Amino acid sequence: MPGNSKGTLYRGREGMWSWVAHRITGIAIFFFLLVHVLDTAMVRVSPEAYNAIMSIYKNPVMGLGEAVLVAAIVYHAFNGIRIILIDFWKNGAKNQKGMLWGVLILWAVVMIPFLIRHLMNTFGG
Amino acid sequence: MATPLKTRISAPRSNDNVVNGIKYNRSNSKRNNFEMLAWLFMRVSGVILVVLIFGHLFVNLMMGEGVHRIDFGFVGGKWANPFWQVWDAVLLWLAMLHGTNGIRTIIMDYAEKDSTRFWLKLILFLAAAFVLLVGTLVIFTFSPCPTGSPAELLPSFCPAP
Repeated sequence: MPGNSKGTLYRGREGMWSWVAHRITGIAIFFFLLVHVLDTAMVRVSPEAYNAIMSIYKNPVMGLGEAVLVAAIVYHAFNGIRIILIDFWKNGAKNQKGMLWGVLILWAVVMIPFLIRHLMNTFGG
Repeated sequence: MATPLKTRISAPRSNDNVVNGIKYNRSNSKRNNFEMLAWLFMRVSGVILVVLIFGHLFVNLMMGEGVHRIDFGFVGGKWANPFWQVWDAVLLWLAMLHGTNGIRTIIMDYAEKDSTRFWLKLILFLAAAFVLLVGTLVIFTFSPCPTGSPAELLPSFCPAP
């Protein structure tokens, strides 16, 4: 139906926003993956070329970018498990909202220790 | 806007399976099930990717000094072991196919013109094929001890030049 897609807000609330976040994190992870395979391919050029590229990732600003990337990956992973449970578990659809809270709690449980360690690695010298 | 909705939007089918004047399109056995397999692949690969990517992130960002530890010697040390070569190759293929199918779904959802969908999907598939080819070649043709490189940049197991 071309032309009538403006101004749509599908239902809103947890079901829609978790889906929007799944798409946005998925797109971001995909584009990082393209870059990441090509930066790793520098090992085939020379040790110097690879180490030069990797020094960019060790910059503190990139360290924050890595934290955002991991946050996106962890959300996409746990929400993906939730989607699988919605599809295959007989009570999945009924419990989708509760499972989203489970996803967010697990996300926090993984991200807090990750951020402590990663930011110490990034800013600790 | 007087046209009834169902006459404006025809079902996107190449043929109808009609028995005694009734359409049984859902049971058409000649329909190919690529989209169902793609849907199933997203779920199966997703579960495996959670394990592979969490392992990848733990070893590369959490162990040792994290990202500061990663250099040519680190990668050379990992890929000297077939376990990590296979881990990374499976990770590369599943992640690229999972991501490519995800972007394909998004293109089909939002690109409204047939020609736009065609070109976006063509660019996507060419980019994915290129990255898969480069990535696979890098993992399996990689040499951890290239000749003529300074020894301090190489893994510790490389013979002295």
